[in-house]
Amino acid sequence: MTSRRRFLALACGAFAAGEVAAQLDPNIQALRRAALESAIRKVTGDKPVRTGKVKLEVPPLIDNGNTVPLSVFVDNPMTAADHVKSIHVFTEKNPQPYVVSVYLGPRSGRASITTRARIADTGKVIAIAQLSDGTFWSDSVSVVVTLSACLEDGLI
Amino acid sequence: MARVVISVPASTKRGEVIEIKTLAAHVMETGFRRTQTGELIPRDIITQLVCTYNGVEVFRAELHPAMAANPLLAFTTVATESGTLEFKWTGDNGYAATQSASITVT
Repeated sequence: MTSRRRFLALACGAFAAGEVAAQLDPNIQALRRAALESAIRKVTGDKPVRTGKVKLEVPPLIDNGNTVPLSVFVDNPMTAADHVKSIHVFTEKNPQPYVVSVYLGPRSGRASITTRARIADTGKVIAIAQLSDGTFWSDSVSVVVTLSACLEDGLI
Repeated sequence: MARVVISVPASTKRGEVIEIKTLAAHVMETGFRRTQTGELIPRDIITQLVCTYNGVEVFRAELHPAMAANPLLAFTTVATESGTLEFKWTGDNGYAATQSASITVT
């Protein structure tokens, strides 16, 4: 039978081992920001991104980050000459910044999508829309997450 | 067997903008979680959804691990003619699912 002392020693050892494995890079915030910037640059290709036209709807306070309702609407006509080509959604604090990219066209009728995302931590959610004339428009919402998605141990 | 649900109005007027809702039953394993013994659970997600209207692509989405489990996507399209809407999901580990719905346009 395991004595109380032995059990405690084992438990402490196991806990410490777990701690080491769960340790994150101390520069995690800078790394995440760089990842977000490079992901946005991949979409926009160094073109300026203006705020406006796009309306991103996310609840400001999220109880459960595992399913966050999210909708994006772009106030732009959907004609063959002038339409929304794509909408990209990013998050600031997830291990990967990408959430979803959708490709639309004049046959979409309206640039409006609804989906559900996982959001790991309190931070910004960003939606970027590309129009057929090549311009980029964005909107961002700051959200507070109480229960994080992705990682059970939390991020920071 | 892959389970998917779609919602498309059965009939509508020509030129009307219709809303389409799609839902696929899938765990969307992120690839960032670990088991109790510390091993990484490999990524297993749906990566793409394509919607075609009588053979013409009207909507395409690329999904990433940050999509919630059982990914829901709602979008719109213009009802141009009677016919079928086909939905095709593809993902990791050879995941593939198709579903179609017919629509009557008057």
